Amino acid sequence: MRRKFEAVAIGVSTGGVHALQTLLGRLPADFPLPILIVQHMRADAGSGLAQLLDECCALCVKEADEQDEILPGKAYLAPPNYHLLVEREGFLSLSADPHVSFARPSVDVLFESAAEVFGPQLIGIVLTGANFDGSLGLKAIKQKGGIAIVQDPEDAEARQMPQAAIAATEVDHILALNGIAALLQKLAPRRAAMARGTRETG
Amino acid sequence: MKRDDVEDVEIRLLLEGVQQIYGYDFRDYADASIKRRLNHWLAESEFDTFSQAQSQLLRDRGVFESLLRGITVNVTEMFRDPAFFRAVREQVVPFLKTYPFVKIWHAGCATGEEAYSMAILLNEEGMSGRYRMYATDINEAVLQKAADGVMPIAEMQRSTRNYQKGGGTASFADYYTARYDRAILSSALKKDIVFAPHNLAVDGEFGEMNLVLCRNVMIYFKPALKERCLRLFDSSLLPGGFLCLGLKETLERRKIGERYEEVAANLRIYRKRYA
Repeated sequence: MRRKFEAVAIGVSTGGVHALQTLLGRLPADFPLPILIVQHMRADAGSGLAQLLDECCALCVKEADEQDEILPGKAYLAPPNYHLLVEREGFLSLSADPHVSFARPSVDVLFESAAEVFGPQLIGIVLTGANFDGSLGLKAIKQKGGIAIVQDPEDAEARQMPQAAIAATEVDHILALNGIAALLQKLAPRRAAMARGTRETG
Repeated sequence: MKRDDVEDVEIRLLLEGVQQIYGYDFRDYADASIKRRLNHWLAESEFDTFSQAQSQLLRDRGVFESLLRGITVNVTEMFRDPAFFRAVREQVVPFLKTYPFVKIWHAGCATGEEAYSMAILLNEEGMSGRYRMYATDINEAVLQKAADGVMPIAEMQRSTRNYQKGGGTASFADYYTARYDRAILSSALKKDIVFAPHNLAVDGEFGEMNLVLCRNVMIYFKPALKERCLRLFDSSLLPGGFLCLGLKETLERRKIGERYEEVAANLRIYRKRYA
């Protein structure tokens, strides 16, 4: 049986700009799933990264605003100094709550709230990073039946975050960035079905 | 039914009970954040589940107050988003100075960091004694802390940096006295501020304000409650008054938006039009 995924959540830290450019750059403009991203950054980083990614990728990338509707084929980047969360009604929310896993935005916060809402229909991805954020979140995604993908530590600019995630939970795929991009296209619902607006599973 | 769905039901029942017994309505808070905060409170409490907590929570006001503290504390810092404070100083204060006396409503002031930041800024701009700031919060325990004006000394380094980036013109160290691990803010900053309880979900507006400041509070609310807040702020503001929101909060697509013009792009400072 083919599972019908509804969203992709990505957590990334050190080396993330390059990794995101590579990964998102390999996805087509009509990639049919929404992509939610936490990239660690300084509180005063500004909104340049979303713009940069938007310009270099076929996908539409934007910095998340509160109450943004989660739409297929769009990538939403957590704003600096805010956590990004998913609400049941299908929109995004932000929080200025204290740092989690020493980070705001925190990958764990995004992953845990996305796992609550999307359950088995979620694809969680941990990429390069020099800390441990995301491993508890990836575990939560697995517990809710979602799929866990981690960048091969050998392929990552900083290997701690992928290694921590691999140690924390049973990961479904450990791949280089190219492999992750190919897998995402394989896992995503077929575009023809999306274009017809059908919501059937199977 | 899965265990997590049971927890969702427990949370709904708990918030319902809290509303009926204590009158605090958290059912219009955005689910994802309040759930995180509730789980955090539960983990620190003596209870294993929300059902177990419920019985005591509805009978023992002390338990309720610990929950209230847990789910309503908004964390902030002095001069958070320095660019915002610089814009207030350069683009808002010149208008405020044209009034003999100015009234400010700071909604959701939490432990007072932004209220005192604003007081520092206004005093440096020569407005000491010429304004009153009503700083309100739903949580009376944090209001008491705000009124005390005592901050952890460890915060002062970041505050000083923010203050300087935000266009501060004096020496930040002059605004507090260090006592062991605490910084006691100067009383000159407190005299024009009134701290008072106010619940954005149920209470009414404040009349004839020249400036309303409410940053990173509405992000925790569901759309209907956000709309209510914006209506309250709108009816509180005089024509020509300023509305300051958090950096990720906007009047775009909002009903009251058409009555406002943007003063500082991206810093979410709006001005109410004259008729």
